[in-house]
Amino acid sequence: MSGASYVKDYEAADSRQFLTFKLAGEEYGVGILAVKEIRGWSAVTAVPHSPPWMLGVINLRGVVVPVIDLRLKFNFERAEYNDLTVVIVISVGDQLAGIVVDGVSDVITLASADIKPPPSLGGHTNTSHIIGFGTVDDRMRILVDVERLLAGTEMSAANAMQ
Amino acid sequence: MTLDLAQFHETFFAESFEALDSMEAALLKLSAGDADLELVNTIFRVAHSIKGGSATFGFSDVAAFTHTLETLLDQMRSGKRRVDSALVDTLLRSGDLMREMLAATQAKQPLDKGKVASLHAEIELIMATPGHSTMPAPSASSAATPAAPSAPAMLEPGEARSGWRIHFVPGPKLLRNGNDPLRLLRELATLAPCEIRVDAKWIPPLGELDPEECRLAWRIEVNGAVKESAIKSVFDWVDGECDLNLEPFGPAADATVMMPALKLPAGVEFEAPSPAPSPVAAPAAPPTAVTPVAPAMQAPSVEEPAAKPAASSASAAPAAASGDGGSIRVSIEKVDELLNSVGELVITQSVLSQLAAPLEGRDAEQLRNALVQLERHMRALQESVMRVRMLPINVVFNRFPRLVRDLGQKLGKKIELRLTGDTTELDKTVLEKIGDPLVHLVRNAIDHGIETPEVRLAAGKPAHGIIELNAYHKGGNVVVEVSDDGGGLRREKILAKARERGLVSGDEELSEERVFNLIFAPGFSTADVVSDVSGRGVGMDVVKRNINELGGHVQIHSTPGKGSMVRIRLPLTLAILDGQLARVGSEVYVVPIVSIVETIQVRQELVSSIAARAQVFRLRDDYLPIVRLYDLFGVEPQHTDLLDGLLMIVEADGTRVGLFVDELMSQQQVVIKSLETNFRPVVGLAGATMLGDGRVALILDIPGVIARYQSRREPVQVAA
Repeated sequence: MSGASYVKDYEAADSRQFLTFKLAGEEYGVGILAVKEIRGWSAVTAVPHSPPWMLGVINLRGVVVPVIDLRLKFNFERAEYNDLTVVIVISVGDQLAGIVVDGVSDVITLASADIKPPPSLGGHTNTSHIIGFGTVDDRMRILVDVERLLAGTEMSAANAMQ
Repeated sequence: MTLDLAQFHETFFAESFEALDSMEAALLKLSAGDADLELVNTIFRVAHSIKGGSATFGFSDVAAFTHTLETLLDQMRSGKRRVDSALVDTLLRSGDLMREMLAATQAKQPLDKGKVASLHAEIELIMATPGHSTMPAPSASSAATPAAPSAPAMLEPGEARSGWRIHFVPGPKLLRNGNDPLRLLRELATLAPCEIRVDAKWIPPLGELDPEECRLAWRIEVNGAVKESAIKSVFDWVDGECDLNLEPFGPAADATVMMPALKLPAGVEFEAPSPAPSPVAAPAAPPTAVTPVAPAMQAPSVEEPAAKPAASSASAAPAAASGDGGSIRVSIEKVDELLNSVGELVITQSVLSQLAAPLEGRDAEQLRNALVQLERHMRALQESVMRVRMLPINVVFNRFPRLVRDLGQKLGKKIELRLTGDTTELDKTVLEKIGDPLVHLVRNAIDHGIETPEVRLAAGKPAHGIIELNAYHKGGNVVVEVSDDGGGLRREKILAKARERGLVSGDEELSEERVFNLIFAPGFSTADVVSDVSGRGVGMDVVKRNINELGGHVQIHSTPGKGSMVRIRLPLTLAILDGQLARVGSEVYVVPIVSIVETIQVRQELVSSIAARAQVFRLRDDYLPIVRLYDLFGVEPQHTDLLDGLLMIVEADGTRVGLFVDELMSQQQVVIKSLETNFRPVVGLAGATMLGDGRVALILDIPGVIARYQSRREPVQVAA
């Protein structure tokens, strides 16, 4: 019931909710509807011949799910994995993936009007997977489009063929 | 109330296709001249049920064609038409056409009307020519006059009566099994004018009424000289599901209500429902209302519950209708879901066992005993669920009698097909993928294997060639053998061709096995003439690839002049794999046992380095490359010195390599999980599985591993 009314609010108010997380001192947000679950760090099984940020796969209740280190993906320095390390399991289309982040902060609601498109940062920085920036309580969050994020990562069979 | 009949279409199509298969099988057993009544009846029943079903669903093209076919079959059934091979041919083609029509209808594609019309005309033509009865006529009256196509049940002198009184009491399940009493009554009315009274006294009060139960009964007077068998055949479908009473009566002087059934307007009156349903067998009270046929079940009144059953009765389930049967139709997804859940349970159970292992004390002992019991039950459960996915191989074998017959005729070869072990069960997925390779092999055996009768006689063999398909279980595998008693593989010719194509160097001597394996090379063919049957060199490589993809093996045995045999070894299922766990550093890999030849400890004197990174070692008479798994997969190993670890000799496609790992762990059956579901395929990996501790272990795909190794090795070779 709460789920249904939530969806209604979500659409009626023309706003979106984001789960925010910390990564290398910055705060990011992903659309909350994409988040399947949040779990602690557990050992991964490395898959050969995959990019460095693709840490490997874990067993999520009998399903093999790949895990991506978002720090490495975003070209930050690698961090130690410890008890505080968090894996956010997100769904993109019909696929699941885990993203490793430094920690989960909050759930924020942003009106569409408050989401500002990313400025052009020149040729050096790829912003295609950023929806925009949103500010709540004077803190700016970078809103990430998970679909785009994973689409460019050779995660799917279609990408592997290219 | 309306009900979407479309929901029953899939069932109808599935059952019709199965029925057509059994019709084809029966047709192929029909030998010329001898009409085995049982077989003819089987064929007739198929046509009859498809006709009825398509009429119910409004597939009028199919119904019209099948109707004509049924008429022809009826002539055969009554012994008025002799079975000859031309007739069987026509019937086979009719079966094919029905299959095409049904497939087109299913896919909502337009039918090939021209084709239908021409075969339709052909059947009409056959029926127009008098058939010759070779069987003693069942009654004096069944003369050799061809029956009119549209009136199979017209009266015949002697057997005819003036009419029949029928008491038809459908069983309560009749509707649920997909039969429509109304359709039966309509069909009855095409035989002769009928007077039909509905008997509604068994309808319970509204509160107790089950709309899917048929509580109506009918008393029918057939006013015309109709054969008893004709009436009975109308009720063929509901045989065993209703009480049927037939009683002849004398000249119908007062044929009061003689009207064609379907033209009448609505107007239904029911007897007052009696509160307590009386037993079905009790003689019915005289009905109070005379009702015309058609409207009986189409009462427009919404409150009239008896009208509902008619609507829900549309699923044509002719074959399944008789008796309860012992099977149900379940979608494969549901079974796979079940299998997945069981797989999870097995993993959870092994996690539990590992947790319990270090515990101490009396309770711990009891816990462990209980866990052992649990494990046993889990295995049994898993096996039962796997068995649900298993189907007998005759599902695949059944297509061969036809193929062998057609191809044999075309090539002028006489071939006898022997099928053994056709009840051997294997996984549905394996079964689906083994069909095409087997067809290739059988076609090859017919085209290249079996000689023409003249050649065979000259070689002192019987004119009839034999192709044998044999399936059996052997040690957790299914073995399928395709053998022929033809000329065998010509070793010299294969070798010459291979040299010509540069597959084998000029003077290289090859073992028998390796020569025969050459025919699996892409594009390889020794056929002098390319026919439309085979010889284009496409096929054997596909056969081999398909079977390898299934985790199977192909072997060829051949004796010149005596024949050849292709033996295919397949895993029972694709969901579970026998694996050997091997450790490299901290990673554990699963190596499919089917790929492992042996595992050895290396001695220094057997190893030699070709180049900086390529090493080979001598295994008896062979030199095998050493593949360091840690190097290939980029993991940190425990040992880098060959003497410290172990060498697993693995084989794929006839290539053997030594796979260097740190140590071997246990052997176990693992449930195969796909990497593609959430990731992508990786060359060298066949999937992943969950270990007892809940971790993921990757399953190696040996052909992929070797391919990856070879693609890396290439530059080294060029340099050397």
